[in-house]
Amino acid sequence: MTANGSGEHAHGREVVSAAAARGPLALEAVSISKDFRLGHGQVLHAVRGVSFGLYQGAVVALVGESGSGKSTAARLLAGQERPTSGEIRLDGAPADLSTRRAFRRYKSEVQLVFQDPFSSLNPAHTVRHHLERPVRLHQGRKTRAEVAREVTALLEQVRLVPANQFDEKYPHELSGGQRQRVSFARALAAKPSVLLADEPVSMLDVSIRLEMLSLLDDLRQRFQLALLYITHDIASARYFADEVLVMYAGEIVERGPAEELTQQPAHPYTQLLVASAPDPDNLGGAPRTAAATPPRQPAAAATAERGCPFSPRCPLAIDRCRSDDPALLPVSPTRAAACWRLDVAAPEVVAAGREGAP
Amino acid sequence: MSAGAPVLDITDFSVVYRTPGADVRAVNQVNLALHTGEVVGLAGESGSGKSTLAYAVCRLLRAPALITGGSVTYRGRRVAGPTDVLQLDTRELRQLRWREIAIVFQSAMNALNPVLNVRDQITDAIHAHLRMPRRAAADKAASLLDLVGIPRTRLRSYPHELSGGMRQRVMIAMALAADPEIIIMDEPTTALDVVVQRDILAQIVELKESLDFTILFITHDLSLLLELADRIAVMYAGQLMEVGTAAELHHEPAHPYSRGLLNSFPSLHGARRDLAGIPGTPPDLRHPPEGCPFVPRCGYSTDACRTVDMHLERVASSPDPEHVTACPFVLPRTPAPERLSAQAEQEFRA
Repeated sequence: MTANGSGEHAHGREVVSAAAARGPLALEAVSISKDFRLGHGQVLHAVRGVSFGLYQGAVVALVGESGSGKSTAARLLAGQERPTSGEIRLDGAPADLSTRRAFRRYKSEVQLVFQDPFSSLNPAHTVRHHLERPVRLHQGRKTRAEVAREVTALLEQVRLVPANQFDEKYPHELSGGQRQRVSFARALAAKPSVLLADEPVSMLDVSIRLEMLSLLDDLRQRFQLALLYITHDIASARYFADEVLVMYAGEIVERGPAEELTQQPAHPYTQLLVASAPDPDNLGGAPRTAAATPPRQPAAAATAERGCPFSPRCPLAIDRCRSDDPALLPVSPTRAAACWRLDVAAPEVVAAGREGAP
Repeated sequence: MSAGAPVLDITDFSVVYRTPGADVRAVNQVNLALHTGEVVGLAGESGSGKSTLAYAVCRLLRAPALITGGSVTYRGRRVAGPTDVLQLDTRELRQLRWREIAIVFQSAMNALNPVLNVRDQITDAIHAHLRMPRRAAADKAASLLDLVGIPRTRLRSYPHELSGGMRQRVMIAMALAADPEIIIMDEPTTALDVVVQRDILAQIVELKESLDFTILFITHDLSLLLELADRIAVMYAGQLMEVGTAAELHHEPAHPYSRGLLNSFPSLHGARRDLAGIPGTPPDLRHPPEGCPFVPRCGYSTDACRTVDMHLERVASSPDPEHVTACPFVLPRTPAPERLSAQAEQEFRA
């Protein structure tokens, strides 16, 4: 999907990320794409021309539904998969994953936390084992006592205290929240500068999620981590992130400062996401179907081969949307959206953007 | 709300799981009534006993689960007189399940048979429970799919060929097959995307309006229930902490645990609020603490809480006589406490 008109290679990079105010650029995705061959000559474009940056001490949220490519994007950034095209830059230099040694060096800077704390820990090993290994692997030579001290410090950082009550436990003896804390500690053991968290709280109870997010936020501040928060819950992104990127069918369709984007979404898909979130103030009123969906349209089947990927589900789609894929273009100094019909979808945002422009 | 006798009346209901060391008190003295046409939400964290309660009510639990007390009375329109569910024999239970009380299970991928296509899946159920001839059952299966908005071309699909949302719709279609009086929904939308979730909830409400059944909706997501349910029961450590209308629970929550839950989810709409969450973890139900089980996580707690006799009492300040809470100390207007809970303080200092 590169038929984005001419000369717009910049893909919304002219917008200043709302996360950039927090600190220097740490990890950057430059127009990365990933195709998967499905056999029978079919190709799945999981990620298409995605560009964004992660900044020290800032949280960028990547929001989208299952199958939108957000986890693939995380795996590309983590070096688990190689992009089909595009480049990943760490501290300004292209990521070097060519040798085992280079890969390990990259991993000690960029760590990934998985969604499911029930399957990401090895049931046959203790918490201590899970943490000792990365400490030895990434922190150079250490005596046994130093390693033990480091493990205790890691457990304290993720508030599994007192540490000596947890280090000999096996995963099945821990609650979901405690397991996810162990996952965080394991990621921190490498002393990374970038943490990619793929749906870190979606398997947990609502009452525990908040605590986990505030722990992540605390770790971000303490270690000046550049954090990518992947989620399908746009409400948590509002509270937790500096910048929100909305992904649909492998493309970023909208990006902007978290509060602005969630309160005044510009892209019809973002509007649908926001309208679908539970609204406790709509008491007793039967849940409305968000206006934008043609009823019961499965997302995967409704991805267009040509044109804007959202056009089959979009109430505002016109012929142009079905033939040309819109590029992600700035609507204000900090916001961008990929939509031909922004003037209809979000006239206020467009107007405000014009006024705000220098 | 209390027009006539409830369609399902659960009183002093208790369930334990027998384990070698001690009994796990999964459901403890629960009182809950469902009235015809109501949507009752059952909210609680994992391990709070909400699924155990729902399954035990249908007598779907096997050993080591054991119903230790209480009664469950069903008064359907199609059955003569009140039925004591706990006294039914196997044959009578078969009559009750699916026809009178149907369940939509949590994980559609596990609940559906992977080697049967959608038609056989639904047809089998109808055939077994309604003794309908196979051909008629197949026709019924097709019309059930219409009802939940799945194209008939999907009758030949296998579960793995369906999206998560579609699988859940098939589950709902199967639950509707025998036109039940009550449908118990156990986290039917938890694994789904928000957009799909909203579609399915809207459809559930639509179906309820047209087919006139009663819903017990189980979830850990209180924000969902506020919108969907007429009444909400909040469960913690096997006990009900508070029961009230959605409006009252939202605006005038009485129990500290309900307050905690309400303060746990970020909202997209309205101004940003300060979110607190609930620190700590639920108690070990093998050795439940004396008094209120929420004490270690509660910011309002005093020594009196450790000896309090837990039972639901009317919230005095509430206009609704059915708004009840298990906490005799905290009222809707009680100001929020200054301090964190004991457990949280301990963690904080560390």
